[in-house]
Amino acid sequence: MIRLWFKSGTPWIWLNAAAVSLSLIMVLGVLALVVGRGVGHFWPHQVHQFSYQEPDKQPQVIIGEKVETSITPAAMAKSTGFVMADNEDTLVQYLVKTGNRDLTGADFRWIQERNIKEHTQPTDLIVVERREWGNFYGQLLQVKEGGNVIASGEQAWPVLQSKISEALVIFKEIAHIEKKEVGAINYALERLRLKQRRLELKNSLDDAAKQEIATEKTALETEYKQYQAKLTGLYQKLRTDSLVAKAENGAELVIPLAKVVRVFQPNNMNVFEKVFHYGNKALEFLTDEPREANTEGGIFPAIFGTVMMVLMMSLIVTPFGVIAAVYLREYAKQGFITRLIRIAVNNLAGVPSVVYGVFGLGFFVYILGGNIDQLFFPESAPAPVFGTPGLLWASITLALLTLPVVIVSTEEGLARIPSSIREGSLALGATKLETLWLTVLPMASPAMMTGLILAVARAAGEVAPLMLVGVVKLAPTLPLDGNFPFLHLDRKFMHLGFHIYDVGFQSPNVEAARPLVYATALLLVLVIIGLNLAAIVIRNNLREKYRALEG
Amino acid sequence: MTAQNVRSHSIDMSSVLRDKDAKQQQPSETCIKVENLNLFYGEKQALHGINMEMQKKKVTAYIGPSGCGKSTLLRCINRMNDLVDSARIEGKILVDGDNIYDKSVNVAALRRRVGMVFQKPNPFPKSIFENVAYGLRIQGINDKRILEETVEKALRGAALWDEMKDRLNDNALGMSGGQQQRLVIARAIAIEPEVLLLDEPASALDPISTLKVEELINELKEKYTIVIVTHNMQQAARVSDYTAFMYMGELIEIGTTSELFTNPSKKQTEDYITGRYG
Repeated sequence: MIRLWFKSGTPWIWLNAAAVSLSLIMVLGVLALVVGRGVGHFWPHQVHQFSYQEPDKQPQVIIGEKVETSITPAAMAKSTGFVMADNEDTLVQYLVKTGNRDLTGADFRWIQERNIKEHTQPTDLIVVERREWGNFYGQLLQVKEGGNVIASGEQAWPVLQSKISEALVIFKEIAHIEKKEVGAINYALERLRLKQRRLELKNSLDDAAKQEIATEKTALETEYKQYQAKLTGLYQKLRTDSLVAKAENGAELVIPLAKVVRVFQPNNMNVFEKVFHYGNKALEFLTDEPREANTEGGIFPAIFGTVMMVLMMSLIVTPFGVIAAVYLREYAKQGFITRLIRIAVNNLAGVPSVVYGVFGLGFFVYILGGNIDQLFFPESAPAPVFGTPGLLWASITLALLTLPVVIVSTEEGLARIPSSIREGSLALGATKLETLWLTVLPMASPAMMTGLILAVARAAGEVAPLMLVGVVKLAPTLPLDGNFPFLHLDRKFMHLGFHIYDVGFQSPNVEAARPLVYATALLLVLVIIGLNLAAIVIRNNLREKYRALEG
Repeated sequence: MTAQNVRSHSIDMSSVLRDKDAKQQQPSETCIKVENLNLFYGEKQALHGINMEMQKKKVTAYIGPSGCGKSTLLRCINRMNDLVDSARIEGKILVDGDNIYDKSVNVAALRRRVGMVFQKPNPFPKSIFENVAYGLRIQGINDKRILEETVEKALRGAALWDEMKDRLNDNALGMSGGQQQRLVIARAIAIEPEVLLLDEPASALDPISTLKVEELINELKEKYTIVIVTHNMQQAARVSDYTAFMYMGELIEIGTTSELFTNPSKKQTEDYITGRYG
């Protein structure tokens, strides 16, 4: 009976189905975890106020968001040093995000449920998102303008809202001037300095040139002074307003509005306000720059850096891989040597990526980059231009890493093109090169795209080699901006993969940053899916266009 | 084709041949001359000392059992065998008096003079227009007017214009097999070769498409020297002026089609056309 069952192949089918389901469950599990943890981060959670009294201690007030609940059996709690009463079965503890790091020194604390005397959710509790020291939780007392109280009690809240939106406008203007205008002036000044140095090195810095540089410099400096004056004015205006709030321990704290990103009363918000808040936060996450050692704010530079690097890598790897594959398949005499090369290429795909990173650092950055600096940028010595990790070297290193997949899939594509097509072209008087260009390569383009898709999938998720050849925790400037020559291949950049590692493990406040890790991971997955989808759409179009002869 | 088949068909062959005799008596000049041609694939010799002549603006058919070297010989005439790494050739083929295996010969230029149509239709995955214009574009002709004129002429030449004139921008792969084969012929005649080599052009087609291609061959011989390889003896009898019978890499006999089919001089030829083997 059993033997018959085995013979029928049914168990084999079940085994296959089980393997497929297992993979599916794992993929969905990863996605569910990342989505579940990452998506909730921006939702404005209720803020609780606890009257808390530990045995033999003074009662105190604790204000914060409930983050986690932990239930420990009494025996286990006892063994870890908690004093348990006889009638207690479990020890219930809450992790509460209390914020106010500047006052208490910590963002989180564990409290025990049995010590909570009273638990309320007052609607007037405010959460202040600050540019430093993390969140503040407490009660609003007053709004001040230049040291004078202009509103307090009930009126304070609406006044604060309007004041904050004013402050944010000013803040945006300041950021714009500092980043764009002053940034451009600094960039121009640096170029001027390099120009002068270059002329000096060539011994052709005559009086006329000096004069010219000096005039330009003066012009730039005047412009800079204008901006400086404007900035000073804006900063003064920004610093006049502040809010006064009472923290959980009763301390009154003056928070300058210049340091405030947003203030909200989560217990007083309806669903629509919460959704709006959520949208705002999510948008900020996507489009803003990171704050507070990457644990707050957005990750736009990391998204930009990732996409930029992948695009650069694609631009480099496709032509190289395709040319190599065409040579191997179409021109090289098939034999021992080509077989050896193929084996080498396939093995290259198995080399750990960090080895590529080491190679990139040693060869590209130090040897190639160092020589480029000596030959072309002597004026900026001792500061390196290309002799230091940057976008270019990261892209080239990853291109090297993904070269094998492009070569292999292009070769397969070329091999699949029926010889009748080649013969048809040759019989019309086309040379081999014309046949390749006009017929074979276009028909093999879907296969090339397949290679590129695999390459993108691999490259976008790679972190280890990037840490050696160009990725940094915080890049002050994007590799693409409005200053000539617009694309700055020598710049360092941020990357989502590294950002996850950095936020999750290197940040001063790991607990606070954990949801951000999930959100960033979700985004990385989305970016990779997006890049892949784009490539797949292109490939399918090409396939439709060049669908090969049947049979 | 089974022997049974051949026998049953060979009865009506004589009527086909009688029609041909009447038109076949004009004088003709040699277009292609094969001299002492030997071809080796590695160690194995595939063609043994072939000597033959093919007449200008006539249809010459190669017949013979599978593997006898018909296609190999055909592919020698436009040097398609160059693509096979192991192929080695001795002897000469003269097209209009020039040895095409001379070192100075430009192979691409030769293939422009000697066009070829293959067994299976092999249109490029491009539009019908671009398929026909392919050979011209290779020669650097990109003038839209010239291209359009030539494409129309070629498609008319291949009896495809009326069917396809409204679909010139459609993908050629959407055509039927017979249309594709005629498109491939149009593609070949668009560059106005002197010689057209047809390698079993109808073997992958249904009877109606076959008929159309055969009609086309009859029209095309007014302008081109045609060499056709075929498995189908009725077809050889219908379309060709001269027929060559090959067996085991050797040319057994060549003569006018009517003579070869009605009065073969060699025993092997007779055995083959009466269906005793092959």
